[in-house]
Amino acid sequence: MATIAEPIALGGPRGAGLRSFVRRNPTIVIGAALLSVVVALALLAPWISGDPFTVAPVNRLQSPDFSNFFDPGKANRFGTDNLGRDIFARTIWGARVSLMVGISVALLSTSMGLLIGLFAGYFRLLDAIVMRVMDALMAIPGILLAIALVALTRGSVPVVIFAITVPEIPRVVRLVRAVVLTVRERPFIDAAVSVGSRPAKVIFRHILPNTIAPLIVQATYICASAILTEAGLSFLGAGVPPEIPTWGNMIAQSRLFLARAPWTIFFPGACLAIVVLAINLLGDGLRDRLDPRLARRMR
Amino acid sequence: MDAIAPLLRVDDLRTHFFTVDGVTRAVDGVSFHVDPGETLGIVGESGCGKSVTALSILRLLPPRIGRIVGGTVSFEGTNLLDLSIAAMRDIRGNRIAMIFQEPMTSLNPVLSIGEQIAEAVRIHQGASQADARARAEEMLRLVKIPDAAKRLDDYPHQFSGGMRQRVMIAMALSCNPQLLIADEPTTALDVTVQAQILNLMIELKERTGAAVMLITHALPVVAETCQRVIVMYAGRIVESAPVDELFDNPLHPYTRGLMSSIPRLGSAARQKRLTEIPGIVPDLRKPIPGCAFAPRCGLADDRCRNEAPALIEHVGGHRAACFKAGAPA
Repeated sequence: MATIAEPIALGGPRGAGLRSFVRRNPTIVIGAALLSVVVALALLAPWISGDPFTVAPVNRLQSPDFSNFFDPGKANRFGTDNLGRDIFARTIWGARVSLMVGISVALLSTSMGLLIGLFAGYFRLLDAIVMRVMDALMAIPGILLAIALVALTRGSVPVVIFAITVPEIPRVVRLVRAVVLTVRERPFIDAAVSVGSRPAKVIFRHILPNTIAPLIVQATYICASAILTEAGLSFLGAGVPPEIPTWGNMIAQSRLFLARAPWTIFFPGACLAIVVLAINLLGDGLRDRLDPRLARRMR
Repeated sequence: MDAIAPLLRVDDLRTHFFTVDGVTRAVDGVSFHVDPGETLGIVGESGCGKSVTALSILRLLPPRIGRIVGGTVSFEGTNLLDLSIAAMRDIRGNRIAMIFQEPMTSLNPVLSIGEQIAEAVRIHQGASQADARARAEEMLRLVKIPDAAKRLDDYPHQFSGGMRQRVMIAMALSCNPQLLIADEPTTALDVTVQAQILNLMIELKERTGAAVMLITHALPVVAETCQRVIVMYAGRIVESAPVDELFDNPLHPYTRGLMSSIPRLGSAARQKRLTEIPGIVPDLRKPIPGCAFAPRCGLADDRCRNEAPALIEHVGGHRAACFKAGAPA
C-alpha cells in the first residue's frame, strides 16, 4: 500500500506538543531557526545598522570591534572595507538581496515549472514537444545563460532573478512531470474521470495537490542554489551592480585585501554559508517529513 | 421481455488493444442488454473482457492503446460511441456511474471524502458548495457511515477498505444514475465486509431504481444479487440466462466448469473433490477460428475447433454459444 502523499500531522500524535516536534524534526527546527534569524536581520536592517553606501576613506580597513555591538551608529562592528564602508551594514543589506533572489527564483521557477510540468505530464502530445525544449534548456550551463542575459541587458536584481530562474525551470518541470506520470495512472484519476471531470479539473484538483510535497522540497533546494548562483554571478561581476551590497559583490571586492583584512571576506562568506546550510537543512527535514514512507520509518 | 425498452443495449461490441506485441481482441463481438432497474451479472475469469466491456461502455479505455473497433452501445436510445467527448462527460457519473475494484486507491489521498463525493454533484447539477456538501452528507448517511457530518472532512486514509467502498458507492449514486456499473466491487474486501457492501448496493439500487451491471469473477456473488447472468470467456459471451436457470441448468461446459470449481456445502458434495478447468485462457492476440473454449473442453470435437458457435436461445431466455449445449459431460 504505497501512497505518494498522505496528509501528515506534522506534530506527530496530538498533544505531544512542540517539544516532541523539535525532538522528531531537529533539522527542520535548526534550519528554520537559523533562517529566521537571518530574515529578521534583513528585515530590520534600516534600524539596526548604518548606511551601507556611505564611503569613508578615512576609516578604511578597520578591523572588527565588537564593543558597543548594539549601537546602530557604530560603523566598524564587523570592520570596514577598503572604502571605509560598514561591513556589518553591507552584510545585512546583502542578506536582503540574497534572500529576495533566492525566494523569488524558488517561487517563480516552481510555479512556472509546475504549470508546464502538469500539462506536459498529462497531455502526451505536448509532453514530447515541451520536454525537448526543456532538454535543450538543460544543455546550456545555467551560469553561462545567466552571464549572457546579464551581459545583454544591464545588471539589476530583476534581471539576475530572471537569469537564474530560466535554467531552474526544466528541473522543476522534470520533477512535476514525473509525479504527474505516476499519479495519472492511479485508479483515483480514472474514478475522477468516470464521474465526468474535465481534464482541467482532473489536473488542478486531483493531480496538482499530489505534486506539492516534492515541490516544496525542491523549492528549498532551488532557493539555496539560487543564492549561491547570485553570489557567483556577483563575484564574476556579471550580477547586481557592484555598488549594491550583495555577498557576492563583497567577496569579489575583498579578495584583493584577503591577507590584510580577512574580515572583509569572512562575514559575507560566513553568512552565505549559514543561509545556504539553513535552507538545505530545512529542505532535508521537509523531505523526510513530507515523504510518508520516510516519515513512517522515522517515527 | 420486449415490452420495456432496454436501458442499455450493447450490440456486437468489439474492443481491441493495440500493443507492441500485436492486437489483443479483448472484447470480440459482445451483445447484451440491461433493462431498467434490473441487476445483470457478468462473470468470467480474469482477462475474459468483463472489465473492458464496462470501460468501453463509459469510453474510459486507455487512450491510443485501447480502441472500440466495432459495434454500438446504445443507452436510452443514443449510441454512446457517437457522442462528443463533452457529451460523454455529461453521461459519466450522472446517468451512468461506475464503482471500481480497488477502494484503497480509487479515492484521492489528498482530498477530503466530502469534497470527492460532492464533486459529481457539482459537475452535473451545478450545485453550490453548500448544497453539494449537504448532498454529500446525505449520501454518506445513505451508505450507513456513522457520524456522516463529521466524517465529511476526513481523508481516505482514515477509512477502512469497506468504508472506502461505501464512500465510492456514495460517490457513484450521488447523481441518481440510471445505470451503475460495479467492476468487482467486493474483490478487495474481507468476506464479511463483502456481504455488507453487496447488501448495501442492492438496497440502494432498490431505493433509487437504478439498474446495476455487476462484474465479478465470483459466482456466489452473482447468485445472491443478480436477476440475469452473462458468462464471458475470451472476449465473448458463452452463456446468458436468468440466474436461477443458470445455476439449475448450466448449458455451456465452461459455466459447468466454473461451478464445479467452487466448494459447496452439503453432505453429498463434501466428499467430492473440487475439479478445476484444465488448461489456460487462450492467447487473444491470435485469431480463434472455432469455439474459444474448445482447447480446454472435454466435449470438443473438430466442429468446435473450426467453427465458432453462435449464441442461440435454448429455453426461455437461456442462451448458450455451444454446439454441445447441455450434453452430459
